[in-house]
Amino acid sequence: MPRLLRSPKILTGLCLSVAFAILAVVGPYLAPYNPNANASTTVGIAQPPSAAHLLGTTQTQQDVLSQLLVGGRSTVLVSLVAGVVATALAVLFGVAAGYLGGRADDLLSMLANIFLVLPALPLLIVIFGLLGKGASPNDLLIGFIISVTGWAFGARQLRAQTLSMRARDFIESARIIGERSWRIMAFEILPNLVPVVATSFLFTVIYGVGTYTALAFLGVINLSHWSWGTMLYWAQNAQAAQDVHIQWWWFLPPGLAVGLFGTGLALLNFGIDEYVNPRLRAAGITGRQARRAGLPRHARLGLTPVLPAREPVLEAREAAR
Amino acid sequence: MRLIMRRVALYVITAIVAITINFFLPRLMPGNPALTVLGKAQSAESPQAIAALEEQYGVQTKTGTWGQYTQYWDHLLHGNLGTSLNAYPASVGSLIRAALPWTIGLVGTATVISFVLGTLLGVAAAWRRGSWLDNLLPAMTFFQAAPYFFVAILAVALFATKLGWFPPSQGYDTATLNPGFNWAFISNVLDHAVLPALTIVLASIAGWIIGMRNMMITTMDEDYVLLAEAKGLPRHRVIGYAARNALLPNVAGFSLAIGFIVSGALLTEIVFSYPGIGYLLLNSIGSDDYPVLQGIFVIITFAVLLANLLADFAYAFLDPRTRQEA
Repeated sequence: MPRLLRSPKILTGLCLSVAFAILAVVGPYLAPYNPNANASTTVGIAQPPSAAHLLGTTQTQQDVLSQLLVGGRSTVLVSLVAGVVATALAVLFGVAAGYLGGRADDLLSMLANIFLVLPALPLLIVIFGLLGKGASPNDLLIGFIISVTGWAFGARQLRAQTLSMRARDFIESARIIGERSWRIMAFEILPNLVPVVATSFLFTVIYGVGTYTALAFLGVINLSHWSWGTMLYWAQNAQAAQDVHIQWWWFLPPGLAVGLFGTGLALLNFGIDEYVNPRLRAAGITGRQARRAGLPRHARLGLTPVLPAREPVLEAREAAR
Repeated sequence: MRLIMRRVALYVITAIVAITINFFLPRLMPGNPALTVLGKAQSAESPQAIAALEEQYGVQTKTGTWGQYTQYWDHLLHGNLGTSLNAYPASVGSLIRAALPWTIGLVGTATVISFVLGTLLGVAAAWRRGSWLDNLLPAMTFFQAAPYFFVAILAVALFATKLGWFPPSQGYDTATLNPGFNWAFISNVLDHAVLPALTIVLASIAGWIIGMRNMMITTMDEDYVLLAEAKGLPRHRVIGYAARNALLPNVAGFSLAIGFIVSGALLTEIVFSYPGIGYLLLNSIGSDDYPVLQGIFVIITFAVLLANLLADFAYAFLDPRTRQEA
């Protein structure tokens, strides 16, 4: 899919996402120290970055870089599990609701709508709070619980797409041939929904990162289980941002890591959206190129030309010469 | 009004589901958490506190599960959310009532600012596609993807600690002022609210901008917009025609956003030690105060459902098609 890779959004998003995936795999092996080890028991102030501790230390003299590297695995793993499970649920419920229609649709749509308006984070806080902070943390279980609150949006989108597809001729003919419902759903409808499934997956992974980090930041997840959210919990607990000497090396790395991982996934998502609906693109011309080519400065009204991005740019450049 | 009625039905069912979940969760958890709390409380709390807890979590009662469930509903409908463990004998309701105005003030203002500003910027971004506004989108995506509370931590570090423009924490100056209806108190509250509100706006605005931009681009392809431009209407009128219709999905999308914004605001409060629901939540987590945690879940659910209902009314008001159906 070379055209897909030509989009700068997709390319940047892919690089960021892959980098974080690699970090999750190799991170714990690269960590220079044990994230729980205290380098000194006498010093009580977080130390700025130095040769020994590249990202400085926490208040209890733990190595921030090691915590970042070790915590990445849990963060990425939980969000991936949440994304995979939630997308599977979304496909199952969304396609079934859209294709089967009638009572099944009413019931499944109702379920999705309930989960859409139910505030997810407070519910998760109650669940994890009741599970107990001391409970041994299991990334798979955490991801699974988060996914229960994250499938509804994708299901609703997939249902809408399935509905629009149900009346198409090729589905009709498959039904007349006598294909079974599950086969039509899995092999006729689903392949046509791949972009929607992909965006839904990326959306839930972003949701998973944010939610897991928030839960860890709130302290409802075992506090000795390193993730980027746990790091932020301890930094906030020690008032790293409120201290006269701002301990930026403590809260900046985990927050930036979460933000960049999320940005990477979101850029991928926008890229796919633009691939599916090319009108969302700026038609490949920047404002400066358009001005040089003498094109009207304000909006292009009427149907936006949906050409491959390269041609208008070339035309604009040639006209500018 | 069919649409509104259907939505109301959905919200009622959602509320029932939320309350039912809330009732059964502690009873379904492995190793009834109430027992752990009770074990801890036995030594510290008064007999009345323990009795209240036992009743709430269905320990050592002769009533069956159904009886407990109906009793739970009875209490809830009388506004009784149980008793706090940590701040006994304060009721959960009184704790939440003290914290709620702070959160509603903060989230309400920030959401309105974010929605209005984001929608306007979205219109501008669509109208001048390919301009500098488009280049801002990746940066805004970062603020959208980064957790609210991280943006809040950055804001505290930069604007409060480093530059000293705003107070770094609390809802008002607790050391020197007493709450009251006077200018000194109100201005102090506003001063303390600016930075948290800005944080929420910054973290939530990208969603409105992108949503509005993408809807505008689709609407601008419609023939009626082309006609408006062709017959020489002034630019702002043409933009207005397109924006009015593009706004509808954004209003409809409000219901999805409000839950996220409320959750995000709770986390922002924690960073600012703002005396709202989020801070209460943090303290209850720290002290395993389950009754307060569960009470907060119920109240937030109600608040979000109410906000949704308001958004539905706005939608019905804006879109005549929904009114004609009935």
